Amino acid sequence: MPAFSCAFPGCRRDLLVIVLVVFVGIGLPIEASAPAYQSHGTEGSHLTNITNTKKAFPVLAVNYEHVRKPFEIALWILLALLMKLGFHLIPRLSAVVPESCLLIVVGLLVGGLIKVIGEEPPVLDSQLFFLCLLPPIILDAGYFLPIRPFTENVGTILVFAVIGTLWNAFFMGGLLYALCQIESVGLSGVDLLACLLFGSIVSAVDPVAVLAVFEEIHINELVHILVFGESLLNDAVTVVLYNLFEEFSKVGTVTVLDVFLGVVCFFVVSLGGVLVGAIYGFLAAFTSRFTSHTRVIEPLFVFLYSYMAYLSSEMFHLSGIMALIACGVVMRPYVEANISHKSYTTIKYFLKMWSSVSETLIFIFLGVSTVAGPHAWNWTFVITTVILCLVSRVLGVIGLTFIINKFRIVKLTKKDQFIVAYGGLRGAIAFSLGYLLSNSHQMRNLFLTAIITVIFFTVFVQGMTIRPLVELLAVKKKKESKPSINEEIHTEFLDHLLTGVEGVCGHYGHYHWKEKLNRFNKTYVKRWLIAGENFKEPELIAFYRKMELKQAIMMVESGQLPSVLPSTISMQNIQPRAIPRVSKKREEEIRRILRANLQNNKQKMRSRSYSRHTLFDADEEDNVSEVRLRKTKMEMERRVSVMERRMSHYLTVPANRESPRPGVRRVRFESDNQVFSADSFPTVHFEQPSPPSTPDAVSLEEEEEEEVPKRPSLKADIEGPRGNASDNHQGELDYQRLARCLSDPGPNKDKEDDDPFMSC
Amino acid sequence: MGASQSAGTEHEFQDLADRTGFSLEQIGNINKRFRQLSNNEETLSREDLASIPALDNNPIRAQIINAFFDKRNLHQNETGTVQEIGFEEFLMVMTHFRPAAMGITEEERENLRRDKLRFLFNMHDTDSDGTINLEEYRRVVEELLSKAGTIGQETAKAIADAAMLEVASTTRGKMEPDEFYEGITFENFLQILNTFDIETRMHVRFLHMDTATLRCGKSK
Repeated sequence: MPAFSCAFPGCRRDLLVIVLVVFVGIGLPIEASAPAYQSHGTEGSHLTNITNTKKAFPVLAVNYEHVRKPFEIALWILLALLMKLGFHLIPRLSAVVPESCLLIVVGLLVGGLIKVIGEEPPVLDSQLFFLCLLPPIILDAGYFLPIRPFTENVGTILVFAVIGTLWNAFFMGGLLYALCQIESVGLSGVDLLACLLFGSIVSAVDPVAVLAVFEEIHINELVHILVFGESLLNDAVTVVLYNLFEEFSKVGTVTVLDVFLGVVCFFVVSLGGVLVGAIYGFLAAFTSRFTSHTRVIEPLFVFLYSYMAYLSSEMFHLSGIMALIACGVVMRPYVEANISHKSYTTIKYFLKMWSSVSETLIFIFLGVSTVAGPHAWNWTFVITTVILCLVSRVLGVIGLTFIINKFRIVKLTKKDQFIVAYGGLRGAIAFSLGYLLSNSHQMRNLFLTAIITVIFFTVFVQGMTIRPLVELLAVKKKKESKPSINEEIHTEFLDHLLTGVEGVCGHYGHYHWKEKLNRFNKTYVKRWLIAGENFKEPELIAFYRKMELKQAIMMVESGQLPSVLPSTISMQNIQPRAIPRVSKKREEEIRRILRANLQNNKQKMRSRSYSRHTLFDADEEDNVSEVRLRKTKMEMERRVSVMERRMSHYLTVPANRESPRPGVRRVRFESDNQVFSADSFPTVHFEQPSPPSTPDAVSLEEEEEEEVPKRPSLKADIEGPRGNASDNHQGELDYQRLARCLSDPGPNKDKEDDDPFMSC
Repeated sequence: MGASQSAGTEHEFQDLADRTGFSLEQIGNINKRFRQLSNNEETLSREDLASIPALDNNPIRAQIINAFFDKRNLHQNETGTVQEIGFEEFLMVMTHFRPAAMGITEEERENLRRDKLRFLFNMHDTDSDGTINLEEYRRVVEELLSKAGTIGQETAKAIADAAMLEVASTTRGKMEPDEFYEGITFENFLQILNTFDIETRMHVRFLHMDTATLRCGKSK
């Protein structure tokens, strides 16, 4: 699997060590000698002032100061990524220890090394964290949030996020204060507000840590969305509590008015954040409507609008995380209907890339900061904090689940509760919030130490043991969801059915309002935000088209059209038996049409523009349409030939059916994360009777010899619905009509979502 | 039986509650709704259901209404449709939408699944022959997309065909080119919707039917 296959065992490990040593070796001396260079510089100018002799022209000179900052940043990122690479070369390790732990350890090592040299290790700067490192992760999470499970469980998630966090904060703060009152601890200077502040910092479940750990354990959808959703939505509570207690601890007293204002503040912060995010989301959706001529910059709009949403809400002290989530969720359906397939892929990969880098950097920096930071260790306080964290989390989850289960249809089982409780990891957000505490807090160092200990405990102990525990308890894992068109049909069918039955019962419930929202969405909102005619497209069709796209991509990727497997299901197995007789004249007509089509294709394969401002509107899509075209042609031809055989004529059918030339195979493109294996898909397999190719047959080979270029009007010839041979002519007309909506297929749903979970 | 309740006696409600598993309160609510829809008559006809305004925008309206009058959904082993239904039959149809109670055994859960999937199957299998053939499935998809304009109609066929292919490949695997796949039987249907957690999805919250706010279906 690695790029270089090693000849002997242990080779990989050596490679890793070498790489590590090289980079650390390069990086550290440079950093260490950076101050040395400064002194050299001044010395040099000093000397020239005195002597004024002519120096030789400097052929080679080193000017590190010039590039210092970007160099260091790049070096750090490179180090982080090499570490990540390294872990995956050692499969034994990465199977046992979650990545986040390993990264923290690396951070510790690097921090230690830096300290040994005598330099000051960089601390995780809060501004850097909140403004640069956190947003990509949250945007990635929000953009690809699986909407259906989220909205189905939003009540539960909110209860856990708000009430759970409040409970944690107060429980911990209160008990720690009680602890501090005990004389033997020696912390009698700590007042209640400081403890509550500490409690509020350390009580919030951290999305970064949760993501990092849960991604590797593939837990079932429900638990995943509960913990994950909670970690995202508790940001508002954390922000409010933190600001509240910080203000109060400066003042020292709390009045009822303050508490009331605090509650109001909470609503303002959360709803305001969501509002800001939604506004930017709509702006992004609206902008994407007009980007059909400048496809290259489409992904940038998504990123920038989201980042603006985050920054704007941070500006007003609203919840930035909720703004990001709202922005991603709001803009996604509309943007995806508007943008091209390539832009979609770009967005997906960039988000994954950035969030991956961010996550890695965060964990490494956590390790480094641990070595760097000023510490004040108090055994009792720290140990109690850790224990209280666990206890309060467990109690909170059990208590809340007891209440919630009364309102839920799908109850949360004990196993689910356990995982939810155990999965409440703390992470870098807590650390950064602690770091933000002003130095006037006497207890700052103690708090920081305690926070770091809690983080280490949750990430290491809980993170490492959660996987074996999941196995042990036989918790339900994530279902391997193959997108099934039957399921999709029935999902929609069921929606409508339940809405209808609710209507019959006269009960304006869940489905009724959902239906109303959908209708509002379709008639008003989509009209404004989606370009062209696409807004009328129902989800089922979008899903179907996406499946076709994937199938065609798969076919081309596997290098050949699905070949002759004589005993797999094909269209004729399900078509009703009676194939109508077709007159000879009709056959002529059909052949003429086919030939005309192929000639049309040839004519359209013309210009290739190399301008920077236009992309080939998806090489992929061309290939896909090519494949589809070929598929349909083959289908039609096959049907014709089957008919021919039945009528015992043997007409030659135009078009060669040889497997595609390397020209096609050469085109590489990415498929989504989920590549379905060829047999798990309802592919249509073709029989291939082998007719001799007539001399004047327009063969497909010729098409393939040219590079796959831009073929905008090829789309006019794409298949229509697969009908019987007799309605091929009708099929022609259908082609044109369908072309309009097939032009620029913006893939619509990520299904893993989906509505149900699909990919990503 | 066929005789529906007048004013609804406690005793008869209790009897129904025992048989269907609804609570007395739920049956009371459903009965009130039945009265509203049927204009206080003894039986409900198709026109009564068709005039509910909430169903107007529903693409599968006709199928839903038919489902109420389909004998197969009334837990009787007959096929065909009836013209009118009484309260008991109305209740029978509603039992298909009960949520799964907590702490039921695996077997009960399986039975519940079969029950609900059977209801869906009956809705698709309009000619009552026990299989859903291609034509019927096509009609299902067409109805589903009927509000989507011309685009819907064109691709409906393709979608239905693809879906049928998928069922065939999943259930039959390999077939000779000359073999013919007649249609989706109930067992196949169960198989393809295996991962579809229908016992939790297909429910209506009867308990929350507040009779005070029940709108009359015909207040237009």
